[in-house]
Amino acid sequence: MKRYVKYIRPYWKSFVFGPILMITEVLGEVLLPFFMAKIINVGAATHNVPYIISIGGVMLLTAFIMMAGGIGGSYFAAKASISFAADLRSDLFRKVQEFSFHNIDTFSTGSLVTRLTNDVTQVQNVILLGLKLLLRAPGMLIGAVIMAFVMNPALATILLVVIPLLALAIGAVIKVAFPRFSVMQKKIDALNSRIQEALTNVRIIKSFVREDFEKKKFAASNADLKQSGLRAFHVVILNMPIMMLAMNVTTLAVVWTGGKQVLAGTMPVGDLTAFTTYIVQVLMSLMMLAMVLLQSSRAVASLKRITEVLDTRIDLTDEDSQKKDAVITKGTVEFRGVSFSYYKGSREKVLSDISFRIEAGETVGIIGSTGCGKTTLVQMIPRLYDADAGAVYVDGVDVRDYSLRHLRDSVGMVLQKNVLFSGTIADNLRWGDENADMETIEAAASAAQAADFIDSFPEKYETNLSQGGVNVSGGQKQRLCIARALLKKPKILILDDSTSAVDTATEAEIRKSFAGELKETTKIIIAQRITSVMDADKIIVMEEGRIAGMGTHEEMLAQCETYREIYESQMDKEVSA
Amino acid sequence: MPGPNRGLHDFGKPKNTRKTIGRLTAYLEQDKGRLVIVFFCVIVTALSSLAGSYMLRPIINGLASGDGDLAFLARSVFVMLLIYAAGILSQYFQARIMIGVAQNALQKLRNELFDKIQKLPVRYFDSNNHGDVMSRFTNDVDAVGEMLNQTLVQIISGVISIVGTFSLMLYTNFYLTIITIVMLPLMLKAGGGVAKRSRKYYQAQQAALGELNGYIEETVTGQKVVKVFCHEEQAVRDFEGYNKTLREKQLGAQFFGGIMGPVMGNMSQINYTLTAVVGGILCVLRGFDVGGLTVFVNYSRQFSRPINELSMQMNTIFSALAGAERVFAVMDEAEETKDRKDALSIVEKDGKCFWDVPKGNEKYAFKRESPAFHSEIVLQNVTFGYLPGKTILKHITLYAKPGQKIAFVGSTGAGKTTITNLINRFYDIESGSITIDGVDIMDISRASLRRNVAMVLQDTHLFAGTVMENIRYGRLDATDEEVIEAAKTASAHSFIMRLEHGYDTMLEGDGANLSQGQRQLLNIARAAISKAPILILDEATSSVDTRTEKHIERGMDRLMAERTTLVIAHRLSTVRNANAIMVLENGEIIERGDHETLLEQKGRYYKLYTGLSELE
Repeated sequence: MKRYVKYIRPYWKSFVFGPILMITEVLGEVLLPFFMAKIINVGAATHNVPYIISIGGVMLLTAFIMMAGGIGGSYFAAKASISFAADLRSDLFRKVQEFSFHNIDTFSTGSLVTRLTNDVTQVQNVILLGLKLLLRAPGMLIGAVIMAFVMNPALATILLVVIPLLALAIGAVIKVAFPRFSVMQKKIDALNSRIQEALTNVRIIKSFVREDFEKKKFAASNADLKQSGLRAFHVVILNMPIMMLAMNVTTLAVVWTGGKQVLAGTMPVGDLTAFTTYIVQVLMSLMMLAMVLLQSSRAVASLKRITEVLDTRIDLTDEDSQKKDAVITKGTVEFRGVSFSYYKGSREKVLSDISFRIEAGETVGIIGSTGCGKTTLVQMIPRLYDADAGAVYVDGVDVRDYSLRHLRDSVGMVLQKNVLFSGTIADNLRWGDENADMETIEAAASAAQAADFIDSFPEKYETNLSQGGVNVSGGQKQRLCIARALLKKPKILILDDSTSAVDTATEAEIRKSFAGELKETTKIIIAQRITSVMDADKIIVMEEGRIAGMGTHEEMLAQCETYREIYESQMDKEVSA
Repeated sequence: MPGPNRGLHDFGKPKNTRKTIGRLTAYLEQDKGRLVIVFFCVIVTALSSLAGSYMLRPIINGLASGDGDLAFLARSVFVMLLIYAAGILSQYFQARIMIGVAQNALQKLRNELFDKIQKLPVRYFDSNNHGDVMSRFTNDVDAVGEMLNQTLVQIISGVISIVGTFSLMLYTNFYLTIITIVMLPLMLKAGGGVAKRSRKYYQAQQAALGELNGYIEETVTGQKVVKVFCHEEQAVRDFEGYNKTLREKQLGAQFFGGIMGPVMGNMSQINYTLTAVVGGILCVLRGFDVGGLTVFVNYSRQFSRPINELSMQMNTIFSALAGAERVFAVMDEAEETKDRKDALSIVEKDGKCFWDVPKGNEKYAFKRESPAFHSEIVLQNVTFGYLPGKTILKHITLYAKPGQKIAFVGSTGAGKTTITNLINRFYDIESGSITIDGVDIMDISRASLRRNVAMVLQDTHLFAGTVMENIRYGRLDATDEEVIEAAKTASAHSFIMRLEHGYDTMLEGDGANLSQGQRQLLNIARAAISKAPILILDEATSSVDTRTEKHIERGMDRLMAERTTLVIAHRLSTVRNANAIMVLENGEIIERGDHETLLEQKGRYYKLYTGLSELE
């Protein structure tokens, strides 16, 4: 909890004034019935009209002070809760920006987004509610109880019996209802994933004519949800009758004992009226407290999820880097005895004891079946993951000694699962180089064989890409991603299966332009198709986290069994013979 | 999970309120009887609360005048007890029954919406954002639920208590009532003014929230790219911009939302004060009874409460109606066209398929003579475009004999996938015809047609459930042995056996715990288990690495041997053994023939193919 103090400190005035101003409302509400009793007991009883009017004046004044307090209070409460949430959200976002790839892998994207959005909002709402009711509900409770005792201690003892009983009853309702609501929430999640599934799988459902099957599944989930909803609601609705019961029983008790006192002449009639008002106030404030409690228990879950993000240890930083000023000038890459596994202590290694060297300007192809560690291997170069054993050297320097900024600026990488962002094509390409002029952008696009299709769009480079680039085809998207990486003018360029959706002829063009324009750049290309890597200076064949062979196409064909198998699976023996 | 974009919720005013309310009422009709009980209970609750407070008058008067004795007091308390008990019971039953009614209505609404979704054509899903459809199921239905759960009863009880209180006020003291009559329009005006302003700020806040959430979602989804490009600082800068805007808009919205209470409270306190003062003076000057004053002051408090509550409910009502409208908009979408009355169907008997021509269908009377199903596909001069004026396929004519394998190659966007969309009528063609065994597919019942065309698509889709259940999706009555057999055909058996629980392994969220290639193998197994005589493979093995693909080739051959197959593939090596290869470009077939003939032609196919092998 301590960590959250820093979100309160800059706004402490709002956090203090909000509740305090709210108290003026409470004071007013407690005082008004008191004045009312005065009008009846003194004014009406003694036929004193000026007295009634003067009390009326005081009451009006009180009402306006109350309003001023209420308005001021809600201003400060809003300001405090909003500022708290905005700062918290900002810290969360910054934290996520610091995340290493490994950190990102441990949270699912959806859950990270929920934490930054819904969870923060949830906390914000509770703070707002809390600031408004924090002093108000207990204030009213205490104020009303005090007034009741001042007026008539004997009558007020009734409250001492009713309040604990009511608190107990409401507490019991909340206690029973809460787990039932969590069950209901789970059913809602289940129903939503059914809908999601039906939407994404619509072609499968239709092609197997499973509409009725799906309807039945949905109806079952839906009925399930209804049942659990009813179970939860049936408990919560008890709150209102319990509340009414308490209120009415108390009123009756007050009328009965108070009435006897009036008959005995020990109590003025006006007090009886005021007293019933206080009872209502006491019970209302109890209700409010219950509501805050119910709300905040939900916010506690949210806060826990937020804390999880803030407490995540960033496991990859450049704080201890030795040569922060070093920049990459050539682009040689060397692996020395690198081993790696995604989960510490897991026996299954993704990479084991990898060693090889790539000279500056070379083109290296990496090939191997799915899951053999190709992607992991290249991700060690820009230090997206750190090796468990051994080290990766770029220009002879351990990658852990560069500043992350210098290292990653020099390594252009096109990820397998790549994304474009909403904005124009030019905006997206400028990710590679913020200050690139149109000429540079066009050159990069044409090197990636993207210029032609971009020019075919009516708005060319100003074409808006919707989120994730859904309005371009898979092959076009991959070429845009390549162009974006080229704009970085990297010393080392890594393509991780980045031309899988590009047709073979276009891919050949891309390779040709690389050979011409990126002579100096070290190029590392992961591919499925053997043709994509056949003309590379070196081919690395991987199998189950190890290097199965390394050399030129001819050498590999002659020496490497795995390579030959891959080759034959793709080539017509008769044609190639 | 509610979408992160719930901020984008449309808070606009509903457009056709009366019609929407009418349609919503239809969902309550099933519980008409129970609604009557609810209505009755609401009246009892409201009346008992009025009567309870009215009872105070004689008691207090009795006590004030000194006429009352203990017996009078006991009698009065007893009557009050009865009234209160009735109120509490009716309050409980009203809430309990209403919850049931509301949940029933919501269940029906969701079911109907889902049923409707099942009837919509594929076009709808291709042209509408899934997140948006999703939010109709979640945010919009929830908004309606909120209203049904609470607002409905509150409106009824609010109106009853306003009317009841007002009559009692008139009955108790006419002059004092005038104060409230004067105050009422002032209260409404003040409340309305605040509500109007707050709604304006609220909309701005929702828009800003939507933008911020959208930015967060996009950035976090692309977080790895952000890191690779060292774009973190820029991302934080952009984020701070959105965050600042939201902060400003929120302050307005929350502030105006928050002052509703104090302002309305102030109005009702002024009302209270004026009533007390004037009432006190009336007691003095015109002998108005103290008991009357007491209850009247209580009434004036009671009177403003439902008005406050109802004004607070306005937002709920607006967003519920707007939500209902969005739900009904889906319900009003055009469904897949109905089958013709005399549509042919395909029936299975002893493992063989036959055409079933309904009585009175003379066009296909000849099918009665030779009803055997052969799965011969003919496309005649087919022209089609997804949007009017934008033709994707132009004059496609092709012929697939039973058991043949026809392959389509060509660059992205040439129209390959479109052809497969047409054969099982995901989309209907504009001109030309598609026939199976000489029967126009427009004359076949849609269910029959689709049951006999199995598809394996590039985008792999699995369902939450076990591996076994997912494969069985292809044929619901398949035995476990048949499932395993199908998995073996698709070469999925060995990886399934390596999973922790084998065939009973649960697949979460579209099979996220499997690799793309493994998912594709499961999709193939699912198609393999269905006995459909026609098979469409759209890049079915694109994510399976070529070595594995080589291994499953025999199984695929077995799968295709008994079926007429249409194949789309990027890798030309996978289509070489097709009976005929169609080279598509810009929606036209520019070359056709088998592998050898096409190579000899030295045309586009040759170029594509040698492009593949040019570096040898």
